[in-house]
Amino acid sequence: MKLIQYQRPELAWPGFGRLSNLRDELDRLFESPWTELARASQLLSGWTPALDVYEDKENFIVKAELPGMKKEEIDVSLHADSLSISGERQGETKAEDGELCRAERFFGRFQRTVTLPVPVAADKVKAQYQDGILTITLPKTEEAKPKQIGISVN
Amino acid sequence: MKTTLQKEAPRKAERAPAEEFISPEVNICETKDGYVLEAEMPGVNKGGLEITLANNELTIIGRRSNETVSGALLFRERSVAHFRRVFELDPAIDAGRINAKVNQGVLTLTLPKSEQVKPRKIAVGD
Repeated sequence: MKLIQYQRPELAWPGFGRLSNLRDELDRLFESPWTELARASQLLSGWTPALDVYEDKENFIVKAELPGMKKEEIDVSLHADSLSISGERQGETKAEDGELCRAERFFGRFQRTVTLPVPVAADKVKAQYQDGILTITLPKTEEAKPKQIGISVN
Repeated sequence: MKTTLQKEAPRKAERAPAEEFISPEVNICETKDGYVLEAEMPGVNKGGLEITLANNELTIIGRRSNETVSGALLFRERSVAHFRRVFELDPAIDAGRINAKVNQGVLTLTLPKSEQVKPRKIAVGD
């Protein structure tokens, strides 16, 4: 086994010209133990794909990292206010006559559920899968959209 | 003694913010013909990949394509950093025949061994 990783990317260190970024660095400092913990917890629970949730006036946008899957292997469903993403990732390379030297990727089942704070129009939900990222756009119902209230002046 | 004050503004110490990288998770499998390396780089497509080979070092860099999402972030788990990892190559690998492809955020590198190092059966003469 010669194909050995020997260098990890160096940690970003605040340079002298980057004091303004100190806050970011501090944020990262507190963030990283959790990231590590999340990684460690995967060892027990299997695969937990990372996801981001955005909100604008019209929609909720959920982005999940699901690299190396097939569209058919991903299942997206909506039950009332909870969006659930699940699926199973199959191994691409099967060790037939070869031995597996290093395995860091997770395979198998996963499930993530996001509870949405306001109702969404279930029939208008769209999902797109590109470059290993699943993007789900969930339009809010008309009732849930913020409304501008005109002020009348007498 | 030099008395004139420096008139020119000192060179700005500001630098472009350094690019941040995280290490992608990889699976490496050795077969009798070579190695197959799979690296997870969600958000990276063909245009964002940079694979270089120098002094028996294989460097994989994957830059995420720009995602513009309107709206406020409610919840964040994903990293915005790009991917980078360096590997030392087995000298038996035929560098000229390395093949790379990327599909749905997974980079697959095929690194064939050169013909002369492949195990060969030697027939025993009578």
